[in-house]
Amino acid sequence: MNILNLITEIERVDPEVYERLDQRRQMFRHFAGFGKKLAASAVPLAVGSMFQKAYGQSSGLSDQVKFVLNFALGLEYLEYYFYQTGLDSAGLLTGQARNSVTTIRNDERKHVDFLRSVLGSAAIADPGAGAYDFTGAKGGARQALFPTVFTNQGTFLAVAQALEDTGVRAYKGGAPLLISNNTVLEAALNIHSVEARHASHIRTVRRGGPQAVPGTLNSMPKSWISGNDNGGPAPSATAPVYGAGNPAADYPGEENTTQAGVNLASLPGVTMAEASEAFDEPLDPSTVLAIAGNFIK
Amino acid sequence: MSEIFEESSAVEKAVDKSNTPLQRRSFLRFTGAGVVLTGLVLAGCDDSLTDDELNAAASSDSKGDNNRVVNVGSGDFGILNFAYALEQLEAAFYAAVLASPYYASASPAERAALKDLEAHERIHREFLKTGISANGGTPIEDLEPDFSSIDFSSRSSVLGAAMAFEDLGVSAYNGAGPLISNPVYLGLAGKIVSVEARHAALIRDLLRYGNFVGSDVVDTRTGLEISMRPSQVAAMANKYLKPGSKINVSKLPRD
Repeated sequence: MNILNLITEIERVDPEVYERLDQRRQMFRHFAGFGKKLAASAVPLAVGSMFQKAYGQSSGLSDQVKFVLNFALGLEYLEYYFYQTGLDSAGLLTGQARNSVTTIRNDERKHVDFLRSVLGSAAIADPGAGAYDFTGAKGGARQALFPTVFTNQGTFLAVAQALEDTGVRAYKGGAPLLISNNTVLEAALNIHSVEARHASHIRTVRRGGPQAVPGTLNSMPKSWISGNDNGGPAPSATAPVYGAGNPAADYPGEENTTQAGVNLASLPGVTMAEASEAFDEPLDPSTVLAIAGNFIK
Repeated sequence: MSEIFEESSAVEKAVDKSNTPLQRRSFLRFTGAGVVLTGLVLAGCDDSLTDDELNAAASSDSKGDNNRVVNVGSGDFGILNFAYALEQLEAAFYAAVLASPYYASASPAERAALKDLEAHERIHREFLKTGISANGGTPIEDLEPDFSSIDFSSRSSVLGAAMAFEDLGVSAYNGAGPLISNPVYLGLAGKIVSVEARHAALIRDLLRYGNFVGSDVVDTRTGLEISMRPSQVAAMANKYLKPGSKINVSKLPRD
């Protein structure tokens, strides 16, 4: 069976299929699952147009949903260009780290394309690589935060960790704002967990692979966030990635150990570190923008 | 398999309501075929009890009654109890791992990871139990796991099961998230699911370095993680629960 034939067939029988997909989320899922069984190379074109029509403006995204998705798109552009520039920097990434960064770069590109297809003409424009300065010097306007980001693999991976951990917190902060649109909410959750997988892997690479025991939280971290991770890989610059957002009551730092009024650290046999590791925290848009702003000229 | 048919028949019912021509219904059978394929791959529902069978089974107060099922309930508390059931399973699994012959001889890195995972899942379990009560709900009872299919002396068996549990947890939270109506509960589920995803990535890297976003869990076209419906998740989870402790999710919201 061929996915393209199938979609053509469906369109002929049911011209409004795309509009109906939005209401019939279950059905849409089945298409997605069905496509997955078939040759991936045959799929993107047809599925791309399906996404646009199924999620897109014809069904009317609310301004809030558009805001959250564009906010996410902005972060995905940032991540994509970060990894792409890293891969383009001769001699920077070698061995398994290069393979992993390539995998992650590809995911971020797909997230960009996916979010653009959902937003349609409401999507913010692609700023291009030239919009970013990943040294944190804002195009020479100030002293660089990470002068060796594209010449030292360790620095690159440290910045990668900060960006991925920020991404996880940003999607987590945005998800409840999408509660009115189940289809979009689920898609956002499905990106959120992939960002968490990326974050985990980058952390694993930084400590020397999965068979190395975690050491110092800044340079050889666990694959999850322990306390506030001592402010992250470069505390003077990365502390906001792990600290409290605004307001702090709603966006506590990653060291938080009380969830919904339950003091986890008071449970029998639970340490403070474990209690903080078991939950990740959301971050508010303005704090996320302040972090991301370090890398935008 | 019948819970999957049930989903497609729900679609057909909705179509019936709108006086859809017969022709359109025949195309829906196409998608029905897709559903079956997807369901078989994701849920492997060959030997699991379906919702219908679970419903048909007589309820009983006796834990010894093999036909008895544990219904997680409806609404947001149903979803929270569904999560609580999965966290019970994960916590019990890692407790068994820490006592296993494999753990005793595992590498220091693997021991460190599994020790953290045991603590995290135990915290998730206790948090959900306490949180459900504190918010006026009733937590389901303690479930009795059945890990007889896992060889606790074998690294590949233990880590393979750990991977299955962690991936299942992520896809379950992602699939259930949109069914939650209270944004606070949604936020809490979000705080847990990313930790499960971090677990899953490390376990996958332990089994095969670089497989943290394998094509069995992340859609290769979109870069989105693949969710699972509660009925699919329950079918998989029930393989690791004893008769009399199997969960029924038939009252959970569906969309």
